[in-house]
Parts: sequence; C-alpha cells; structure tokens
Amino acid sequence: MPLLENGQIIQDTWQSAVEGEPLPSGNILVPLARLSEALGRNSDARLGVVLTSADEVEALREALPRLDVVVLTFPVFRDGRPFTQARALREHLHFKGEIRAGGHILPDQYEFLLRCGVTAVALPDGADIAVWQRAHEAFTVAYQPSILNEQAEGFAFRRRLA
Amino acid sequence: MSHSPSAALPVGHYAYDAVDRTFLKQRVAQFQDQVERRLSGALTEEEFKPLRLMNGLYLQLHAYMLRVAIPYGVLDAAQMRTLAHIARTYDRDYGHFTTRQNIQFNWIRLEDTPEILNVLADTDMHAIQTSGNCIRNVTADQFAGAAADEVLDPRVYAEILRQWSTLHPEFTFLPRKFKIAISGSQQDRVAARFHDIGLIAREGEAGRPVFEVIVGGGLGRTPIIGVKLRDDLPEEDLIAYLEAVLRVYNAHGRRDNIYKARIKILVQALGTEEFLAQVNAEFAAMDRARYRLPEATVKAIRARFGAPDFAPAGDAAEKLAAQRKADRAFDAWLSTNSHPHKQPGYCSITVSCKPAGGIPGDVTSAQMDLLADLAERYSFGELRITHLQNVVLGHVRQDALYDVWQALEKNGLGEANIGFITDIVACPGLDYCALANARSIPIAQKLSSRFANADLQREIGPLRLNISGCINACGHHHAGHIGILGVDKRGEEAFQITLGGSAEDNKASIGQILGSAMSEDETVDAIARIIDTYLARRTAGEHFIETCRRLGTAPFKDAAYAPA
Repeated sequence: MPLLENGQIIQDTWQSAVEGEPLPSGNILVPLARLSEALGRNSDARLGVVLTSADEVEALREALPRLDVVVLTFPVFRDGRPFTQARALREHLHFKGEIRAGGHILPDQYEFLLRCGVTAVALPDGADIAVWQRAHEAFTVAYQPSILNEQAEGFAFRRRLA
Repeated sequence: MSHSPSAALPVGHYAYDAVDRTFLKQRVAQFQDQVERRLSGALTEEEFKPLRLMNGLYLQLHAYMLRVAIPYGVLDAAQMRTLAHIARTYDRDYGHFTTRQNIQFNWIRLEDTPEILNVLADTDMHAIQTSGNCIRNVTADQFAGAAADEVLDPRVYAEILRQWSTLHPEFTFLPRKFKIAISGSQQDRVAARFHDIGLIAREGEAGRPVFEVIVGGGLGRTPIIGVKLRDDLPEEDLIAYLEAVLRVYNAHGRRDNIYKARIKILVQALGTEEFLAQVNAEFAAMDRARYRLPEATVKAIRARFGAPDFAPAGDAAEKLAAQRKADRAFDAWLSTNSHPHKQPGYCSITVSCKPAGGIPGDVTSAQMDLLADLAERYSFGELRITHLQNVVLGHVRQDALYDVWQALEKNGLGEANIGFITDIVACPGLDYCALANARSIPIAQKLSSRFANADLQREIGPLRLNISGCINACGHHHAGHIGILGVDKRGEEAFQITLGGSAEDNKASIGQILGSAMSEDETVDAIARIIDTYLARRTAGEHFIETCRRLGTAPFKDAAYAPA
C-alpha cells in the first residue's frame, strides 16, 4: 500500500505482524496486544505500533521512546477518534516519530489529519494523488491553533496554511 | 452592507475581511469538487453524505433542504435580501426560520447548491456546519447588545466560538452533533441547560467576565437537563476548557448507536464526577498557552462588530405614549412584542412569524425584503432570528414603533402574540422530514386558528406550546409548557401531550406525558379543555406553567381525556 508523505508517494517498507505467526525480522508494525513481545525482540530493527480507534494512547507512554511509528486506524471515515489520538500523541506524549493514518480515510480529511499531527497516510489502492494534493491546497487559512503552530493570519486564532 | 474598507461595520455581527471572504470562496470550491466527485463515482453516497451535511444540505422526503447558517441569529439587511433572493430564485418563494436561529429552504435542487453557496458568500454567508456530527451554529440571546439586564454581549464570544469551531481539525467527525448556546445575561434566554454546552456569562473579579459552564443537557429522545461543570471559568480559559470537554467526548462518546451518541449520554454513563475528573485531567495536561484566549483577541473580535449610533431620546417616549393611547391595537401589540432596551428612548421588537392559522417560522421572500427595509430604516440595518422562530428588530426608537407596526400589520407580520399560546414552535414534520412520524404543521395551524382570538390569548397569558413530529424532538416539545409529540399509532398519525416543560430562566424542567396518543382533532380539543381547566383553577395572576407546577398533571389529564 503506498504512503503519502509530504506530498510524495513513497513505498511502505514496513512489515505488519500477522496474527498467530511469529514476528518477522526487520522493521515491523505490531498491534498493541503484541507490543511487549515486540519490545522484547533481540533486534536493532525499528518498531511501530498499530492502534485501533478504541485504544488509549496513554498505554504507549512508556514504550513511546522506543517506537518510530504509530499507526492510527479509521475503521470508517466517520469515526473521528484518531484525530484526538494523534493530537494527544503530539501534545501530551510529545511523540516526535511518524504518525501514520490508515483505514478508511477521505481526501477531504487530509488537512485535518495533518493539523492533528499525522505525518503519513496509507492511501487506499487506486487513490488519485491529485485529489489528495487538491485537498491539501484547498484552504489558505484555518480558524484555530493546531499542533503545527502555524503563523498567525491577521487577528484572533486565524492561522495561515502553507 | 458595503464591502469597501472605509464603510461602517455592520451592527450586531462580525465584519468579514478579505481573509474570511477568501476562505468562504475556497469552501464553495471544495464543495463543488465534492459534488463532482460524487457524480463521477469517486465518492460513494455514504461518503458524500456527511460532507454535504456539513454544508447544510439534507435529503428530505420530497427534495433537498438547504440550511443556511445565521451565526448567533444575527444578520444584516443585505444578507436578509440575499435570503429573499434565494427563496425567490431557487425555492418556492419562502424560507423557514429554525430553532437554531438559522433558516432552511425546503425545495432545493442539488445541482443548484454550489451556485447558491456562491450567492450566499457574496454577502458573507454560508451553510457551514449547519448539520453533521460537528459543532453547530452557536446560538445566543436574541436581545444581545440591547437587553437592559445584560452583563456582556454574548455575540462577541459566540463569534469567537464560531471561528474556533469552523473546520476544526479534531472535532469535525464527532460521535454526534454538538450544540453550544451562550447567554450574556443571568436571565437565561438561550435554554443553556438544554445544550451540549451552555455558557452563562457574568462579571467576575475586577470586572472581568467569567462563565458558568453547563454540559450534557439536551432534548431529543432522551431529554436531560445539563449539569454544571464550572461556575467561574475565566475568559482566557474559555477555548481551552471547551477543547478539553470536546476531547473527552470525541474519545469516549458512544459510536455504536446514534441514539446514544450525544454527550449527555456520556455524562450520564460516567456520572458528573467522573466526567468532570476526565475533563479536568485533560485541561491540566494540555498546552494551555496554545489555547489561551487573550483579552486582546476578544478585543480584536469585538472591534469587528459595529455598534448602533443611538440618537438622544428626545421626546420619543411622550410621542409613543400618545400613540399607544390613541390606538388600542398598537398598544396591545407593543405590550406583547416589545422588550426593554438599555438605551433610553429605544426598544427591541419581536416580529411574530406566527400569524393566525399560519405555519410557524415560515416567511415569504416579500416579507424578508420588508424586514430588511425596516431594519435598514429603523434598526441600524440589523436583524435577529430567535430560537423561537421569530425575528427581532433590536434597536428601534420609540417614536418609530408606530410606523414599524403599521408596515408589519400590512404585510402579515403584525400578530400581537409573542409568548402566547399561538406563538407556537414547530418542526417541519412529516410534510418535509423523512424522520417524522406525524405532520407538525397542520396541528400547529389548527391550534393557531382555535386560539386566534386576541382577547382569549391575552386572557390565557404566557404559555409556550411546542410541537415535534417525532421523538427526535426538533420542536422541543419536552421544553414546552404544553408539548405535542407526533407518533405513529398503528399506521395512523397521532399525538401525545406533555405538560410542565420549561427551557427558560433557571427553572428548566422536562414535560410529563399525560397519557395515550390521540388523533389530530382530538388533541386540539383536549388542549382546549386543558386551557379551560387552567382558567378555572388558576389563582390571581398565576401563569399556566405555575398552575401546572402547583396542581401537577392530574386535573389536566382528567380534562384531556374527558369524554367529549
């Protein structure tokens, strides 16, 4: 599945843990339930965790310094919990690594994701990158502060979007 | 309203600048793109639906409905003329004012919608977040900036909240819709206790504003009176605290059942104490500097509001007194449809959109144009839509009231019934709405005709009558002194009566169901007998709601179900 990061399509080199099978070697993404198993690996490979929208990000607090990626999952685009998870990871847990959004996401949500701290989106197969690019450029102003600390646009809480 | 920078600011609402106008145009372009992607199949109907809803576009029984935002209920004459133009050009020559101080057009074609949004944007209007599971139009007191009992103008804060909530990155896909109301007076005229968040402002230490924060109230299927979370929230923490409440709700509100997804259900499930603890934990952990509302920001927003340039009172009061004496009908209208103004020589007027036998809240394009003309001539160009589906002219000089009344009278807007039994609040019901079980409009019209006699209404006195066509309660029947709820009784439309509800003041209560549902005509007769019972049993000067509270529902139930 291709990843959209900084406006570019990049290849996803991470492997996902498969339920009921031993963890693969190399850079892996594991569900929260297998996090301690993955942390116990004797390996220099990088590690990421995949959260469901119902998981509490607080559960990652201790492990976070050893994680490179947190994947947030939209079971359906209407389930807005990953927005709060992303923002909490950045604002409360000060996570500096990659936050990836996956699952059922619309291009119309792309800018919201970025402003909540998501850095990469796992695009659905056959996604039209132009539509995502357009969504990113649709607005030049936002009306509230975000964790990106954008520049003020005039007065009040208005922020200039790049 | 002119758009040139040197022009005076619009009175009563925030003046857009170039940045705000660019944003609106970008929003219209985004929606145009979404419509095209829907038509090409790139978006499924399931995916398109929330996107169109967040632009105010519903699919009703017979057509699309477009709900246009009127932030805190205030609009200027040019904006009202835009609404008239839309009614004439794209709809069937009328619009319907809603209980969220918005307006909806019931006969809209999907393909016209991007053009309509562009027309709206030309006078700084939009339909953003008038539907969908997001923060909706923030409502405020219809007498804001005019009422004698006001502590601060809530519209400035409603505008701050409007901007903050517009396309909020974190809170646009909430479990369910989210409604905020703000009162600038201790006299709660916004039903703060029946909102997801209700804010009541008062003066704190050193004259700085503080807010009482009430959370988890609401009507709908599960009517609940909100609980107080804070008594004294400082102005600078207003945004941070609301962020904290919304975060707890977004993370933990139910998403498995839309009827249990409002914040009120979460507050009830956790209990006030635990909910408050979670909000406080979030509030303590967050980056408060980022979300701080500095006094300078409040000032900057306030500076974008025009203020009325009042003339000295002169002999306005004497002139008015003479006119009242000379014309009994005018005097009667003024006694019901006016509200005291803080400025000597001025008065606020409520224009009734509830003519005898009419459809509550419906206004024709010609009436909208007239209201725009009157606002321009007599009220600094400013109009307000009330959550009781009427229109307010906020600042009318006392010696102009007679002219205003005569113009309204001539155009079917002169009904002297504000606060009376025919000042009915009703949802669109089964005539339009796909959710409804029964039609709300015909029974509203029958009741309005039944009690049309002006002397009778005056005799009955203050009484709130609310009608909802289904248990979603858009007509706020739970909060009516008399509430009517449309139900489906074995395939027939039928109506339940509730008694003793109240939204205003500090005595919010939920109406109690009297008994089994009746047909439309039986219900109208039953209400007439309930009124007779009240008139027979009341003590001197006792209002209907007070008699209900004193006697309980039993005597009214007996009357309602008495054999004909």
